[in-house]
Amino acid sequence: MKHYVKMVWPYVIWAALIVVLPLLLIILYSVTKSGNELVNIQFTLENFKRMTEPVYMAVFVKSFELGILSVVICLILGYLLAYFIAGFQEKVQNLLILLVTIPMWINTLLRTYAWISLLSDNGLINSFLEMIGLQPLNMMYTDFAVLIGLVSDLLPFMVIPIHTSLCKIDQSLIEASMDLGANRFQTFWRVTFKLSIPGVLNGVIMTFLLSISTFVIPKLLGGGQYTLIGNLIENQFISIGDWNFGSAISVILAIIILVSITLMKRIDKDEIEEE
Amino acid sequence: MSDVIIELKGLSKNFGDQQVLKGIDLNIHENEFLTLLGPSGCGKTTTLRIIAGFEEPSAGEVLFDGVDISKVPPYKREVNTVFQKYSLFPFMNVYDNVAFGLKIKKMDKNLIEHKVMKTLKLVGLEGFEKRDVTKLSGGQQQRVAIARALVNEPKILLLDEPLGALDAKLRKEMQVELKKIQQEVGITFIFVTHDQEEALSMSDTVVVMHEGIIQQVGTPEDIYNEPENRFVASFIGESNIIEATMIKDCLVAFDDYEFECVDKGFKNNEAVEVVIRPEDIDIVKPKNAKLRGKVKSIIFKGVHHEIVVGTKHRDYLIHTTDYYEPGLDVGLTFGPDDIHVMYRMDWETGGAE
Ligand SMILES: Nc1ncnc2c1ncn2[C@@H]1O[C@H](COP(=O)(O)OP(=O)(O)OP(=O)(O)O)[C@@H](O)[C@H]1O
Ligand SMILES: [Mg+2]
Repeated sequence: MKHYVKMVWPYVIWAALIVVLPLLLIILYSVTKSGNELVNIQFTLENFKRMTEPVYMAVFVKSFELGILSVVICLILGYLLAYFIAGFQEKVQNLLILLVTIPMWINTLLRTYAWISLLSDNGLINSFLEMIGLQPLNMMYTDFAVLIGLVSDLLPFMVIPIHTSLCKIDQSLIEASMDLGANRFQTFWRVTFKLSIPGVLNGVIMTFLLSISTFVIPKLLGGGQYTLIGNLIENQFISIGDWNFGSAISVILAIIILVSITLMKRIDKDEIEEE
Repeated sequence: MSDVIIELKGLSKNFGDQQVLKGIDLNIHENEFLTLLGPSGCGKTTTLRIIAGFEEPSAGEVLFDGVDISKVPPYKREVNTVFQKYSLFPFMNVYDNVAFGLKIKKMDKNLIEHKVMKTLKLVGLEGFEKRDVTKLSGGQQQRVAIARALVNEPKILLLDEPLGALDAKLRKEMQVELKKIQQEVGITFIFVTHDQEEALSMSDTVVVMHEGIIQQVGTPEDIYNEPENRFVASFIGESNIIEATMIKDCLVAFDDYEFECVDKGFKNNEAVEVVIRPEDIDIVKPKNAKLRGKVKSIIFKGVHHEIVVGTKHRDYLIHTTDYYEPGLDVGLTFGPDDIHVMYRMDWETGGAE
């Protein structure tokens, strides 16, 4: 065993270089003044203070609203889909899961453009509505468009962990529940759902993480003035060039995500110990 | 015996083109401890699952108090199961596992508590209410599983090899305890095992199965002393099984000699099989016996010696407390009622003729 431990070192160094180092740099940027040079660093909390300005707070609130809403929609749709898939024989299940993951192989940008061609003012849906004599709808650049884009993007990340935990459920527990007088509905809530909670939490964490940091979808489907945290960070780094403020936002976002994950893991434990 | 509570009528079950049950007819009575006994794959679990409602029979009926229930879902049957792997709900403590069925019935909280506590006491798990079921020993989990089923006061308790995962000592203890519990609650137990000793020591009725067919139904004494065919005789403990000819009532011929026996009702000169239990054979001086041979081996088995005596036609297995030197010339005797005549088995179909 000792032998192999040595062989791990190159990977540790590699991981440190590509993950830890940039992270440290971002933290460093977030607590320093702009225009610094390495030899003469000036520390400040100014960047964090700036975030409390109403404009930025509004962005945070909006991002969270949208993030939570898309996670909830993903959870409902994803659970139904995962449950439906888990009802088939194994071979069919594998095929269906493959189908669910196919969109993940396609670039987010392309998928988002596909949504644009469906939702835009003279896109497919409106052409169809016109054809059957209905008023066209204004869908692009609305919360609705962003939500559709987000949900379709995130759905596989919800379906897969839930499906995995549903598959792991010992069938004899379901039988035991029915044997004890619980009908299908009662068995679902009292046994199946309880046992799938780890998958649900994984899915929720994953989709929340992705939705809160997204920037391509709100940009393309929400239009130029539609700003979420992801867009804010992107703008600071790319168009405005204020790396220090951008870093501070990233750090706050990372902390929020970490705290949410920890809270959810705790719910997981309580949920299981309760009853 | 008391009233019939469950009647299986011509029960068959196919999985694909494999016929697992081939026409099971069986009456199960109130307060009966009935054991389904047979080798692995003979269809014991399938029979139990049909009674519980987890499988639908391909043909035949399950009558419960005279009403066909083969289409009734499991949660509407007055039957509860103790699963082989216990199948306790891992996210609930002992109390909540046991209370599960009562909570589903929306019973009053105090009543639930009263019943759960009473049942936990019955299975010897007082004070375990708050324990995490995943951290219990196998024997304790077993008791929780039994309590979880019994608390619902079913008319019938189904037990699928409930002692299979326990070590030999605990198994013995649980056998005694299960029997005691059954007598205390006074309901029907349908018990599945492939351990013949377990079946004989616990049951009122033993049902011996082989390849989806019932071979014999009887009391443990019947099954042991009067096996109906070679399969039953060999499955219920070690035996000497000998091909023989029934000369006429009470006279059977094998190994060149005719022997008096107590069996009647076979055709004259019918080909039969004879079973003689190893403990029913006496070893005597050669001149006092028809069958003669040499001691081939002797093994001490704790209480008795297991002796193999080679004779002209076959080896005989004998259990005795006495010691005989290997190589010794001996004679073998047995009384008329030690000879059990059986129908010869048709091995092609796996059934008795
Ligand atoms: N759901 C199923 N699908 C296909 N075949 C099955 C199914 N359930 C049981 N079988 C087959 O039916 C036969 C009888 O199975 P069963 O479980 O009733 O045997 P058993 O007597 O309980 O055996 P054991 O002592 O090993 O538990 C076996 O050959 C088994 O492979
Ligand atoms: Mg079985």
